[in-house]
Amino acid sequence: MVKMLRDTVRKLFDEKKVDMVIGWGEGTLPLSATPVFIENADEADTLIWDERCSNNLAVYLTKDKRHLVKSGKKIGIVVKGCDSRSLVLYAVENQIKRENLVVIGVTCDGVIDIKKVMKRTEGKEVLDLRIGDKDITVGGRGFETVVAKKEIISDFCLHCAHPDAPVHDLFIGQPRPANEKADVYKIVDDFEKLSADERWNSMVESYSKCVRCYACRNVCPSCYCNECFVDQNDPQWIGKSPEITDTLIFHMGRNMHVAGRCVECGACERACPADIDLLLLNKKIAKEISERFNYEAGLDIDEKPALASYCENEKQDFIMG
Amino acid sequence: MSEFQPKILAILCNWCSYAGADLAGVSRIQYPPNIRVVRIPCSGRVDPLFIMKSLQSGFDGVLVSGCHPGDCHYLSGNYNARRKFAVLKPMLEYVGIEPERIQFSWVSAGEGERFAQVVSKVTEDLKRVGPAKRLVKGVA
Repeated sequence: MVKMLRDTVRKLFDEKKVDMVIGWGEGTLPLSATPVFIENADEADTLIWDERCSNNLAVYLTKDKRHLVKSGKKIGIVVKGCDSRSLVLYAVENQIKRENLVVIGVTCDGVIDIKKVMKRTEGKEVLDLRIGDKDITVGGRGFETVVAKKEIISDFCLHCAHPDAPVHDLFIGQPRPANEKADVYKIVDDFEKLSADERWNSMVESYSKCVRCYACRNVCPSCYCNECFVDQNDPQWIGKSPEITDTLIFHMGRNMHVAGRCVECGACERACPADIDLLLLNKKIAKEISERFNYEAGLDIDEKPALASYCENEKQDFIMG
Repeated sequence: MSEFQPKILAILCNWCSYAGADLAGVSRIQYPPNIRVVRIPCSGRVDPLFIMKSLQSGFDGVLVSGCHPGDCHYLSGNYNARRKFAVLKPMLEYVGIEPERIQFSWVSAGEGERFAQVVSKVTEDLKRVGPAKRLVKGVA
């Protein structure tokens, strides 16, 4: 896999099809991969691809890296399914030009959630990592554990609908079809079966851990507003202290802003220092939009996001008769 | 103790529902005095944050009313609003807020009678559900 990826990137440089390739490289810690920006064929060997490559690389085309797109360079980008959906979203929202990108898809079986690994090692520092087919061996000072991949894969990946890039120019490996929707939204169905009191208490319990660091927003590929509503002072939408109603409004407001635009990469949940279950609310909105409007973000470059379009005769059962 | 009187925020579109409320007034149709009206240019102007914020600041319920589908002064404002509400309402219900607290309706400028019915219905619903406790700042 990695060799194929490196060869492909080298070929792209040799054929002068790209000026830069964004991919993942070896990180400074054994559990992490770091984004790399390659500008010539020699550097292609720094590229890696495995379960550690959790960053959604699409963010490097917006936010503070907008100059990369503005420079008009031909950019190659290595993507998982979710990253490729972000790229489609950017193209739909006129943030990038599709023709300036070379999208290199890779087969993805999910990425590691470092927090889950830390739970397994009981907080002990991981110094050594070996990735096998089905399991991962982590070692450190005085310990070594073998963990099944399934147990440390990010929750979002466990409920992923499109693991392989739906839109790509090149693909390393064989792209697979989308997963079954029933499996993807099962956690939402289960949560809906609870009573309103149970749902509310569970939400309050979960979100009261939030310290409002806004890491989820900062890492989110769909959150690229120049000024976020939480940073506005006039009007001040939410109070600055981590008070539970303000926190819930922040999360619900953010979810409404990314409704129909969220590509379900799970970057928010992996970035969360308080280990909040962000998946639950997030998937609910994805489910609602998929069921009502038969729409999923980032699959079709010619389709507008669900909340930016409408259909005249659609179901309006939630409106008073 | 006297009966619970819900405090309801009515967000009405300038072109239809606000005129409908006006017609109800000039026609001297009786309806509960529980609503506080905010006039907005179009139901499409309603940000989901308006609704969450008003629940947080102590309203027991929010009624958003706009022109009937197809009658929007700006052609598509209420269609866009409908999509937003279609996601917002299930989401609030999902986190455990009573569905009666967030209501949407279409009332035209000629439907004074209907406006009165809508307000009565929302008020009755909220009297049944009782005072808001969730998402209210300082309460929960």
